[in-house]
Amino acid sequence: MLLILLSVVFVVLRVAGDPVSAMLGGHAPISEIERIRKQLGLDKPLYIQYLNYLMNLAHFDLGRSMIWGQRPVLDEILEHFPATLELSISAFTFSILLGVFTGVFSARRRNKPADHAIRLYGIITYSIFIPWFGLVLQLIFGVYLGWLPISGRSDPRMAPEIITGLYVLDSILTMNLPSLIDSIRHLILPTVTLGIYLSGIYTRLTRTHMIDILQSDFIRAARARGLPERTIIYKHALKNAFIPILTMMGLQFALLLAGAVLTETTFSWPGMGYFLYERISYRDFTTIQGTIVFIATLIVLISLIVDIIYVYIDPRIRY
Amino acid sequence: MANLTAPKMITSMLSKISPRRGVEGLFIIVGLAIILTFIFMAIFAPVLAPYDPNKTRVGGLYESPNPKFPMGTDRLGRDILSRIIWGSRTVLIVTFLSMALSSACGVTLGLISGYVGGKFDTALSLFMDSLYAFPGLILAIALAVMLGQGIMPVTVSLTVVYVPIYFRMIRSEVLSMKESLFVEAARAIGAKGRTLIFKYIFPNVIPSIPIVLSLNAADAVLTLAALSFLGLGLPAHIPDWGFDLRMGYGALTAKIWWPGTFPGLMIVLLTLGFSLFGEGLAEILNPKLSGR
Repeated sequence: MLLILLSVVFVVLRVAGDPVSAMLGGHAPISEIERIRKQLGLDKPLYIQYLNYLMNLAHFDLGRSMIWGQRPVLDEILEHFPATLELSISAFTFSILLGVFTGVFSARRRNKPADHAIRLYGIITYSIFIPWFGLVLQLIFGVYLGWLPISGRSDPRMAPEIITGLYVLDSILTMNLPSLIDSIRHLILPTVTLGIYLSGIYTRLTRTHMIDILQSDFIRAARARGLPERTIIYKHALKNAFIPILTMMGLQFALLLAGAVLTETTFSWPGMGYFLYERISYRDFTTIQGTIVFIATLIVLISLIVDIIYVYIDPRIRY
Repeated sequence: MANLTAPKMITSMLSKISPRRGVEGLFIIVGLAIILTFIFMAIFAPVLAPYDPNKTRVGGLYESPNPKFPMGTDRLGRDILSRIIWGSRTVLIVTFLSMALSSACGVTLGLISGYVGGKFDTALSLFMDSLYAFPGLILAIALAVMLGQGIMPVTVSLTVVYVPIYFRMIRSEVLSMKESLFVEAARAIGAKGRTLIFKYIFPNVIPSIPIVLSLNAADAVLTLAALSFLGLGLPAHIPDWGFDLRMGYGALTAKIWWPGTFPGLMIVLLTLGFSLFGEGLAEILNPKLSGR
């Protein structure tokens, strides 16, 4: 699977065009184009390029950046990765909590105005354009109310000592309260933006399954025994609605990564996505290619992990 | 083909809307109204737009919304309303073109691959599945980086993103239909491969296309906007909502909110139009799903 995906990346990037002429524009002298092609190994036949590409990947070598001291691409990606991870974790958690809560709320008021409103919310979150939503939040909470910072991960004077690269966790580990508060304040707006975007699918999923389950016999039995409504909903019903939600969580990672690219760009959050955006504007092709390969690998690995987790959660699944 | 059948289906469906289905009916009507408004804007852009969208300094720089410029002016003194109206043309051209191309490619390949089967089918499915596994935006970025700027490159990038969706859907339908009685009967009376595919199987897969088409259009509007937001979309002389939104960040801290807010709002509205339309269509065409 990984091999196929990486091959597709190779095909897409090679067939789609010549990076060198795209980088230099149409007016560069031919000798210059040839020199850079040779330097990048693009003058060799396609199958050798392909083998080189795979060999380098096997050595975790994504090439060197085309600009600024030509640092290895992988180093630069890994430098930016913790920021993306931090944003992803918090947005993911937020989206699930929000989605499950609104879904349960909606299912309990089926076909009432509140239900319709939440269903509309489910569709609207699909249509949210992250940069625009982020802009609106920045305007309201950052510019006009002045409550929250609108860009970056932390105030440079308050950045915590880096241990894991996750600022919130680092602040806790170093017991640095001001930097903890600062990091969380920076995290709020990006989390809400990305979280709301991702939450719609959980809302819909939870609602559908809760409606089914609330009509089933064991819920009626629980009601007959006189259990409090809260126990019925959250302990009995939600537990059973959780398996499809878990499936969806695995499927959402791809969307999460794509959403993170836009969210990071919107909030100048220095993660992989913002890094990709920066390098796109410099036409730094090796870095762009490396980042995309990295993301592809990440997606394959995550789906593998999710498959393994399934087996533990649901013993009926066998491979 | 799919586009031609869609209106006919809608009219027959609108007559089916009962009070119980009121919400779905409303979804379709509102969605359709939004889409048609934007199409109207795109077609009559030269008449509707009060100023030349690319002419700088038709007013002051960053003029706030006022009667002369209902949406204000941007950093170069261009009229934002005119840019939005012309921008709708760009967005709709790219969206409709890429939808037409991707559905044509995806449906044809899906039909052939599902019908022929064998190694050809395995290889093609594997390729499509791995394209599908990619997040659409990342794939579009990879393609757009290589293809360069302009309407055609962006359209092609979007097309490649959506082909696998049609391919997978159609292929699975063909696989189940291939074994059905009426296809067998057609084969028994001597129908050959091409007739079988296009005369017997194809008409039966049409109904599932409009929903996907509409939902994909919603997604395509967002992906296009994201590409141009990231600076990969269209050359500067083509008015485009995503790029205008990006530029709107420039003066945010000075409380200049209008250059970004309005183009972004248009992106969201058009996407909402397509998704409402698609959702409503899905609910009505597929009663099994109703209540979701």
